[in-house]
Amino acid sequence: MSETPSLLKSLDYSVLQQCMHCGLCLPSCPTYLETGRERNSPRGRISLMRAIADGELGATKGFADEMSYCLGCLACTTACPAGVDYGTLFEAGRAEAERSGASSNPVRFFIRVFTLRFLLFRPWALHLAGRLMWLYDASRLRGLVRASGILALLPKRIGELERQVFPIRRHFSDEIIAPLEKPRGDARHRVAVLTGCIQDIAFSDVNRATVDVLVANGCEVETPRAQSCCGSLHVHNGDLETARALARRQLDSLDPGSFDAIISNSAGCGSHLKRFGHLLAGDPVYAGRAAAWSSKVRDISEWLVEISFRRPAPPRSGPLPLVVTYHEACHLCHGQRITSQPREILRAIPGVELRECPEATMCCGSAGVYSLAQPETANWLRNRKMDNIRSTKAAVVATANPGCQLHLQKGFTTIINDRDPHPRIVHPIVLLAEAYHAQE
Amino acid sequence: MIEELIGLLGKDNVLVEREDLIPYSFDATAALRRMPAVVVFPRTAAEVSAVLRLAQGHKAPIVARGSGTGLSGGSIPVEGAVVLCLVKMDKLLELDVRNFTLRAQAGVLTQAIYDAADAAGLFYPPDPGSMKVSTIGGNVAENSGGLRGLKYGVTRDYVMGLEVVLADGEICRLGNKCVKDVAGYSLKDLFIGSEGTLGIVTEVLLRLLPKPAAKQTLLATYSRMDAAAESVSAIIAAGIVPCTLEFLDSRTIRCVEDYAHVGLPLDADALLLIEADGHPAAVADEAARIRELCERNGATSVRLAADSAEAERLATARRSAFSALARIKPTTILEDATVPRSELGRMIRFIQETGARHRLEIAIFGHFGDGNLHPTFLTDERDADEMRRVEAAMREIFAHALSLGGTITGEHGVGLAKKAFLRQQFGDASYALLKTVKRSLDPHNLLNPGKIFDP
Repeated sequence: MSETPSLLKSLDYSVLQQCMHCGLCLPSCPTYLETGRERNSPRGRISLMRAIADGELGATKGFADEMSYCLGCLACTTACPAGVDYGTLFEAGRAEAERSGASSNPVRFFIRVFTLRFLLFRPWALHLAGRLMWLYDASRLRGLVRASGILALLPKRIGELERQVFPIRRHFSDEIIAPLEKPRGDARHRVAVLTGCIQDIAFSDVNRATVDVLVANGCEVETPRAQSCCGSLHVHNGDLETARALARRQLDSLDPGSFDAIISNSAGCGSHLKRFGHLLAGDPVYAGRAAAWSSKVRDISEWLVEISFRRPAPPRSGPLPLVVTYHEACHLCHGQRITSQPREILRAIPGVELRECPEATMCCGSAGVYSLAQPETANWLRNRKMDNIRSTKAAVVATANPGCQLHLQKGFTTIINDRDPHPRIVHPIVLLAEAYHAQE
Repeated sequence: MIEELIGLLGKDNVLVEREDLIPYSFDATAALRRMPAVVVFPRTAAEVSAVLRLAQGHKAPIVARGSGTGLSGGSIPVEGAVVLCLVKMDKLLELDVRNFTLRAQAGVLTQAIYDAADAAGLFYPPDPGSMKVSTIGGNVAENSGGLRGLKYGVTRDYVMGLEVVLADGEICRLGNKCVKDVAGYSLKDLFIGSEGTLGIVTEVLLRLLPKPAAKQTLLATYSRMDAAAESVSAIIAAGIVPCTLEFLDSRTIRCVEDYAHVGLPLDADALLLIEADGHPAAVADEAARIRELCERNGATSVRLAADSAEAERLATARRSAFSALARIKPTTILEDATVPRSELGRMIRFIQETGARHRLEIAIFGHFGDGNLHPTFLTDERDADEMRRVEAAMREIFAHALSLGGTITGEHGVGLAKKAFLRQQFGDASYALLKTVKRSLDPHNLLNPGKIFDP
């Protein structure tokens, strides 16, 4: 792999130069807040990338570690007045780090080969793994394994991986969503729904709710079967080639021309899906279709506000008062600049009092596979997030990304001796779907 | 020496790897970079003192640094220097509401100082553009200004006392909480704005004000720059002293709006952002008179901020101006030539003519009320020919500012960027005096050597 050219050297230099190192990004960066060191800040990382592009630094292990330590939360891009495209720099930086092979270790190897190249490349493999994880959990085997103490005998990293096994739904999306669902009257819009990977096996209810809400708002909804991964995690982990292959596969299976919108309900996926045009800009066959695709992708909340969604009426028995706080998924608020729409949806729900969470736009530490790769920082961020959430005394935390949802759920359920009841962590669209149901 | 530093501060507070040092080779100044030998993070004045004694023994230069947001290269390392990064000295030590003072370590962020005062119903006025990032120690070392200079002055006007570590490691406490104090020379004033060349500021004692009861923000739009300048003269002539009186030209307006989306008029040639503060009745009266004066002097529209949230958004947008201008060209060089207020119109016209003559793109924004302009060169450091023209234009602009009774730097400091022009401003006798002071406090020339002037 080492014969591939340096991505940072071949990158358009003006993207690097765009950073005028004013430092206004520093307070927004979670890792800089943790260490107070410039190399752990956006402008510090860009200076390292520039040093590599200038030939003053090699793609060293130190650089690879730094790329791995960056969450890729993109908070710096919201903070940056100069408009630095950190997302592109970050992808090139991580790819450069991978290309150099400077930071291989068993966990990274597992993420790259097993997760990215195998599980997330083959829908059947992911479904099979999902089934196995569900069985492992549901059959009480997990309890037995944990009680047996066998995990303590295995290498530490394997034990950590076991703890990453997350609750899986009994039914995946294809079993509970028909390939085509139509509204009662005439359809006003025709949309496709993307079911995601983690969303599909861990939160198929979010996908169901998405289709319900779309149908309730006059959309004819097509949900293709056995969808592929969009490649977002691949890009984030420096595997641009696999990401391009997955993007082409998506484009083959879904023609953007036949839909008014392509709907994503997962912030991480949506942010990446909107960048297909950028990802395949150099592809002679797919560039045009990819650009058309990017222009059609909408986050569910973005789309609902665009089509002036119907506000649910309070149920006849009267609405139940509910305090909700909103945690902004990084790839929704920073990656897609969508902040007001999810709030508009939450406020439309009868009985809901939306109480703002301090540091709502700060990363919770989930960040794709970050909680696997950098568990210490991920936990520190999650604890900070949970403290902020608890300060609102909200009974419900709404968030629009499966990674955040899993990470926070796990955080709240593993706290021991917690006096407060745990808040429910839920996608805003599920709350809206529930409100429509309550109305009926 | 590295071993000894680790012994003093612990391994976590001493950085030596190349990947650690590169990000400390620059600050917010364009096109300047130098590698340090080591970066250290002291937590107390005693540790700073120990590092200075050690450096003295090794004849190693010391460069103090806060958040690295300086705009004249003041915190850029000298080749082979020990960078003394003070961000871990970040404790607010005391808020004295009876004496209206605040004591803090040097690494506390300016915004945190403002917030702490604000929470107690008090007010810390100096607000440099980087206040969310910059440290108070850095503000003192550079004597930073900001948007409120016209009415409230600059950092120096709020420093009542300092703790300073001298080159030989001695720790001095200067000043106190007394409003009146004429005991001896006002030594603290020597260190304010000394850019880390005379001593290391480790603690500050700041003066606070009662928080103004009311604020009102106005946005006046112009289709001619001259009309904006005339409005400013009329406001001042009417005896009104607004808290801020900011000016943005058309390029700056477009860049800021592109970033901040606060509804700035994209077709305007010039914009004034004006804030009045004080007693509610006085503020209402001033705002009405300002509006009238702007309209009478050719403003095409005058908008009043609806609430304090909108006013804050507008001020924040203005603070982003310098960075937002980086959207246009790869290299953004910000200057701060300043003239007496009455000469502002002439200075702006000269900058525009100079830009045209040298075929350069220069955006202008700045603090109209206090004569502090920010001509900003939008250029590319890799274009050698253009960079030569930038330097020529800069020389002319500085010379012209001096001929109008102005200064080469209103608030950014001399550092490396403006050191070549200082002698021109000072004249021989005063310039020699600078060196006399430096030699007596730092005889071995170890504190930020080569900044401001060459010894």
